[in-house]
Amino acid sequence: MSKEELKARLEELLTSPVFEEGAEWTTVAVDPAGWGGVARQLRSTDGLDFDYLFCVTAVDWKTHFTMVYHLTSTLHRHVLVVKIKLDRERPEVATVSDVWKTAEFHEREAYDLFGVVFTGHPDLRRLFMTDEWKGWPLRKDYEDPVNMIKL
Amino acid sequence: MIEEIGTTEQGDLVVNLGPQHPSTHGVLHLVITISGETIKKVEPHLGYIHRSIEKMCESLSYRQFIYVTSRMDYLSSHINNHGCALCVEKGMQIEVPARAKVIRVLMDELTRLASHQLWWGAMAMDVGALTPFFHAFRERETINEIMEETCGARLTMNYMVPGGVMADLHPNFQKRVKAFISFFRDKINEYDELVTGNVIFRSRMEGVGYLSPESAVAYGCTGPTARGSGVSCDIRKLYPYEVYGQLQFDEVTATGGDCFARYMVRMQEMRQSVSIIEQLIDNIPEGDFQAKTKAVLKLPKGEFYSRVETARGEFGVFIISEGGTTPYRIKFRSPGFSNLSALDHMARGYKIGDLVAIMGTLDLVIPDIDR
Repeated sequence: MSKEELKARLEELLTSPVFEEGAEWTTVAVDPAGWGGVARQLRSTDGLDFDYLFCVTAVDWKTHFTMVYHLTSTLHRHVLVVKIKLDRERPEVATVSDVWKTAEFHEREAYDLFGVVFTGHPDLRRLFMTDEWKGWPLRKDYEDPVNMIKL
Repeated sequence: MIEEIGTTEQGDLVVNLGPQHPSTHGVLHLVITISGETIKKVEPHLGYIHRSIEKMCESLSYRQFIYVTSRMDYLSSHINNHGCALCVEKGMQIEVPARAKVIRVLMDELTRLASHQLWWGAMAMDVGALTPFFHAFRERETINEIMEETCGARLTMNYMVPGGVMADLHPNFQKRVKAFISFFRDKINEYDELVTGNVIFRSRMEGVGYLSPESAVAYGCTGPTARGSGVSCDIRKLYPYEVYGQLQFDEVTATGGDCFARYMVRMQEMRQSVSIIEQLIDNIPEGDFQAKTKAVLKLPKGEFYSRVETARGEFGVFIISEGGTTPYRIKFRSPGFSNLSALDHMARGYKIGDLVAIMGTLDLVIPDIDR
């Protein structure tokens, strides 16, 4: 499916989606409240079939967080990038580990390093850091005088 | 804290495998719940060599950060460097000279061979055959020597840089690669004779660790792990980069979904890599090995993603740039991380002895998972 066709399909599916221009892949912004439902639709709608979540990234923009989900379909080979803007004080978004199993690990990583809370996640614990670790290492304001590597 | 040994409420035994266990090939820690010898749950505990490479990269320039990536999947360090170089080149729109493209592909495939050789030796060792390990290391040593001559390193290469490769090929390169290929062609058959047909080996591998194609996709498995379940996911074929689009090679898949299928995929991939090297070794174009680039690289504001196929699967580099000399945020999508997440699903219901075989066919490299 070409980028225009994909856009047209998404406009049918989502209520007034906001697309980001100039990116390599079709990029759409999704409201955090509706993400769980949108994810299920993207996964199961015929013609879209986004069955493979290949990258989950959290970004700290100092004023807010952005979750970036890279999706593709093993059937149609089109790629979609979903961006979700989160409040920096209370970063909360629904889990998609029930839609794509791989998200379970990726979301734990984002929780561990950024402190993003995924509601409904079956096992939201630290992944790399020890259980008693304080703070969220990949946040921009994280300071650790002992372990930090700065050049 | 995890008790060294314990029991659950249902009376199942909870045991620790690793972090210091030879079959985990590094510091992977698994907490296994078993009922008798049957696995009920496998829970990986990560982070023993987590260095937060993504955070380090945020204070490293676009020339420097590539050096750190060799330390992730150290068996595919060329390919890691390659993915990063491609991402920077995409952002800066650098056109890589034809010679550099071919050198890169040659190095990638030699790396894939070396990685699969090590996997083959270690895999056989995991299930109790020690001899293959020495066979594999003998061949791998030849590749390492070829690499050493050109790159000056044997493991952490740092050879591919934005714009091309760091130095031109050593004058001996073609001669030695050709000698290696003619020698190794027969060796793969010897590998098959030694291990593939072995009854004990087959009984350890066949029907063990089944992964369905649907689960492989759901867990985000890539590389030989997913291809063993019949999922087509070779980035070299699907999204060709460098000269892969012009080469004749097959994407190897198997339909079994068990350990043996994954084993066979890697064995066939070695043959494909040999064929790719043969196609290119006499056709290295003359010219520059590096494009002219500025001393200080600045990526324009934006987001750039590159995907390459390492020996373990899809490696992704996601750079978010604010227009400066260092990345604002960098994310590495490592193949081992997603492949490992399927381990629990694959191991449930099998015996504890099978777990080592399943882990072996996932070909885990722990620094790649921990990053």
